[in-house]
Amino acid sequence: MKEEKASLPGMIAAWVVAFLMFFPILWMLITAFKTEAQAVAIPPLLFFRPVLSSFGAALAQSGYVHFAENSVIVSLVSTALAVIIAFPAAYAMAFQPPRHTQDLLVWMLSTKMLPPVGVLVPIYLICRDVGLLDTRTALVIVDALMNLPIVVWMLYSFFRDIPRDILEAAQMDGVGPRGQMTHLLLPLASPGIASAALLSIILSWNEAFWSINLTAAHAGTLATYIARYSAPEGLFWAMLSAASVLAVAPILVFGSLAQRRMVRGLTVGAVK
Amino acid sequence: MQKRLSRAPLLASSLAAVFLAAPLLAAGAGSAEAATLTIATVNNPDMLIMQKLSPEFTKETGIGLNWVVLDENTLRERVTTDIATKSGTFDVVTIGTFETPQWGKNGWLDPIGDLGAAYDMNDIFPSVRAGLSYKGTLYAVPFYAESSMTYYRKDLFQAAGLTMPAQPTYDDIAKFADKLTDPAKGVYGICLRGLPGWGENMAFLTTVVNTFGGEWFNMKWEPQLTSAPWEKAISFYVDLMKRDGPPNATSNGFTENLALFSTGKCGMWIDATVAAGYLYDPSKSKVAADVAVAPAPVDVTPHGAHWLWSWALSIPSTSRHEADAKKFLAWATSKSYIDLVGTTDGWVAAPPGTRLSTYQNPNYLKAAPFAPLVEQSILTADPEHPTLNPVPYTGVQFVGIPEFQGIGTTVGQDIAAALAGQTSVSAALAKAQASATRSMTEAGYIQ
Amino acid sequence: MDATTLPRQEMAGDSLARHRRRSSWLLLSPAVILLGLWAFVPLVMTLLFSFQRYNLLYPERRGFVGFRNYSYLFSDPAFWTAIANTLVLVLGVLAITIVLGIAFALLLNQNFPGRAVARLMVIAPFFVLPPVAALVWKNLLFDPLDGLLGWLFTLVGLHPIAWFTTDPMTALVNIVAWEWTPFATLILLTALQSLDTDQLEAARMDGAGPVNRIIYIVLPHLGRPIAITIMMESIFLLSIFAEILTTTAGGPGSATTTLTYLIYIRALLDFDIGGASAAGVIAIVLANIVAIFLMRAVARNIEA
Repeated sequence: MKEEKASLPGMIAAWVVAFLMFFPILWMLITAFKTEAQAVAIPPLLFFRPVLSSFGAALAQSGYVHFAENSVIVSLVSTALAVIIAFPAAYAMAFQPPRHTQDLLVWMLSTKMLPPVGVLVPIYLICRDVGLLDTRTALVIVDALMNLPIVVWMLYSFFRDIPRDILEAAQMDGVGPRGQMTHLLLPLASPGIASAALLSIILSWNEAFWSINLTAAHAGTLATYIARYSAPEGLFWAMLSAASVLAVAPILVFGSLAQRRMVRGLTVGAVK
Repeated sequence: MQKRLSRAPLLASSLAAVFLAAPLLAAGAGSAEAATLTIATVNNPDMLIMQKLSPEFTKETGIGLNWVVLDENTLRERVTTDIATKSGTFDVVTIGTFETPQWGKNGWLDPIGDLGAAYDMNDIFPSVRAGLSYKGTLYAVPFYAESSMTYYRKDLFQAAGLTMPAQPTYDDIAKFADKLTDPAKGVYGICLRGLPGWGENMAFLTTVVNTFGGEWFNMKWEPQLTSAPWEKAISFYVDLMKRDGPPNATSNGFTENLALFSTGKCGMWIDATVAAGYLYDPSKSKVAADVAVAPAPVDVTPHGAHWLWSWALSIPSTSRHEADAKKFLAWATSKSYIDLVGTTDGWVAAPPGTRLSTYQNPNYLKAAPFAPLVEQSILTADPEHPTLNPVPYTGVQFVGIPEFQGIGTTVGQDIAAALAGQTSVSAALAKAQASATRSMTEAGYIQ
Repeated sequence: MDATTLPRQEMAGDSLARHRRRSSWLLLSPAVILLGLWAFVPLVMTLLFSFQRYNLLYPERRGFVGFRNYSYLFSDPAFWTAIANTLVLVLGVLAITIVLGIAFALLLNQNFPGRAVARLMVIAPFFVLPPVAALVWKNLLFDPLDGLLGWLFTLVGLHPIAWFTTDPMTALVNIVAWEWTPFATLILLTALQSLDTDQLEAARMDGAGPVNRIIYIVLPHLGRPIAITIMMESIFLLSIFAEILTTTAGGPGSATTTLTYLIYIRALLDFDIGGASAAGVIAIVLANIVAIFLMRAVARNIEA
């Protein structure tokens, strides 16, 4: 399948869009290399001598590495958990739909409708009584359950794009659901699975409410780390920018790697 | 009938993932080492310095420290949830003059008791101690305290031929602001808080209302938001800001105003004394050479014209390491700690507003020329008598009841609407009065 | 929706269909059970709390009060404003993100050098933590005195706009749309990549211009992903909260107070768990209404 090269106006438009969307982050990145006084200067400084002091301040005493570790572990494990549970469910709903599939899908989504702020106390009490306060396990479970409906929906959506013929052919050859899932669906839907997983990782990475409220000194993630820099008494734009860069960097790197995987998956899995 | 393809690989890899994950998950659970304290604290510079110096404490006593550092609002919410549900996550908590008396009353905090003669409890500012007590029992020791004062630009005053009196009135301030405003040059006569919040714009506005002779509630707990002093005070504020304030004021809290003043955009600013440390520091402020301080303005009465706030360390009654926690409290607020900060971080960074001895220390006075005014402001701020008329509550810039967080924020929002020009001051206050009355009736204060 | 969409070939008839259905439920059960527990327990607790007087700060004053929390909520003038604001925020952001998402997905689907980098740049806003995004926009960009946009305005001779004072909702929608457009773009882009290019080729050879190709071939193909994006995004948008807290604290007035923010004031400022739970129940009802409405509107597309 050959893709035609983009036209020049099309390409320019794409780059303009990319630049505009990325600009606030770029601005944040630049500010991270300024001092606090430079950060609030008007007109905004584009040319200045970059310093690393804000990064130093953001890293000093903050336990950044510990928080980053927790973020990575919680995101990856909760995503793995969510995908493992969602995969068979999405398969069933896409290819062997039971009655009320629609309602089931909407119900799954409805479990996300309760604003977390409203259930803080019940969940907090449960975690306390079960001894899971300030543990990564609690965050993994909460994140996995929060992201499960999203992963199910996305997998369902991508599975519906897979033409039935292939699976039916396998069915006729006597391949059962599990075989279909592992040997056929996995490769065919891998861009979709990768997207769903990436989304779940990002959502878990950014999840701030539970990771601040259910943790103390041990299990906090980078979201908790940012809360430390959000509104102290004093000027902190440069430090906040540096902290944010440190909080976003790992997942940005991961995202770029995952991107490539998704593109590769496309050429492998494209159905002709 | 159907061939079952081997699911072993899938199952095996799932199990492997779980087994690999398990030790990672388990490692995240709190380790129960003996003598480690979990401390929840706010992210202000003094606390960050304390965190940096805490290895000294561990060296002296062998007690380890685990820090949980959050911004003020998140901290308060986090700590309140934990303490109110008696979950026992924290051994030491950082709380303020708002919650300490209330939580002391509820029995959620351990009384401080006697910390020994060397600690010299009488050296701690009496007004601050009073703000952290309930019925005479101290429930928290302050590591930081502040009041409010007026900051102004000496150079702009000189250029306009103005002099700041020893005790300015709000009328003076209005006159000065009108003369100093020059948007073409990017200077606004006065910058004041406008961001809605019980601890943001309402903290400042409560002091204005106080000094104009008003109060939040009368002795029967009825809100007084439509009374003459309130109308006068809020109208004064809105008109002043509209004439001489920066744009977007309803989004400006303490931090934004600090940025504005330190980059030279404000002629005057009335806010927390803690800002002085930044504004006088040439590495952080463009106006370090031109800033000067004066007492917070007054109007009809000096009562409640400048506020009192303290961040203090306290021990929840659910803590399992009370004795060790007390040792930490004593260390962190002792005279020797202040000396430690002075020698390692510079005297201007010494925790302000807690000990009288700090303000007699020549090193500190040299590094912080604004110190005497700060000391005087804190000593004269009286949370027990914040208003002209008698009131059933304590607290200078807040009302020491739990409902105030919600009421103060809602009223703050209404006043911001007036400042934004969405409604008139009278309409805003009428709305605020209605909602405050509702809340107070619902909470059972008004019979 | 039921067994008639299964392969035409009859195998062992009824028993196979039954077997399939049973195996469906088996495959579905872990997800359903776990979500059930996750949804059920907090929901029940919230319902119970909503009928109680329960303030965390007055633990001794607890008791059953029937519908009192609800009537207090409904008689609060801020409540109705909050619902209106919630709808404005959700619908506004949905509209912007879907339109831009389609446009961006089309642009990024082209083949040009460095497109992986461009894609990452467009998706990047989604990686940024909401409070940070809000602070960056508020202070570095929107601030009329210190921000970049204000400075650009003065360059062209315009007066900088005090966004959060005069148009707080616009500013808020702007920030949230910036955060969530990558979400829509990601889903739609991935969906575009399963588009059969043969159809497009054939249409091009028949002389169809790019716009017509988009309208008649691409958009229908994207029908389901768009519907799904709308459903998922609206769920997230209903609980937007951190951005409001950091920029306007719900004000000025109640201009940016949404239902979630109102719950925050009740739950975490008043610590009125009873009142917060009642508001939470209303939030669920509202969200369900929105979901059912959306499902009706887009169900065709999801099933297609």
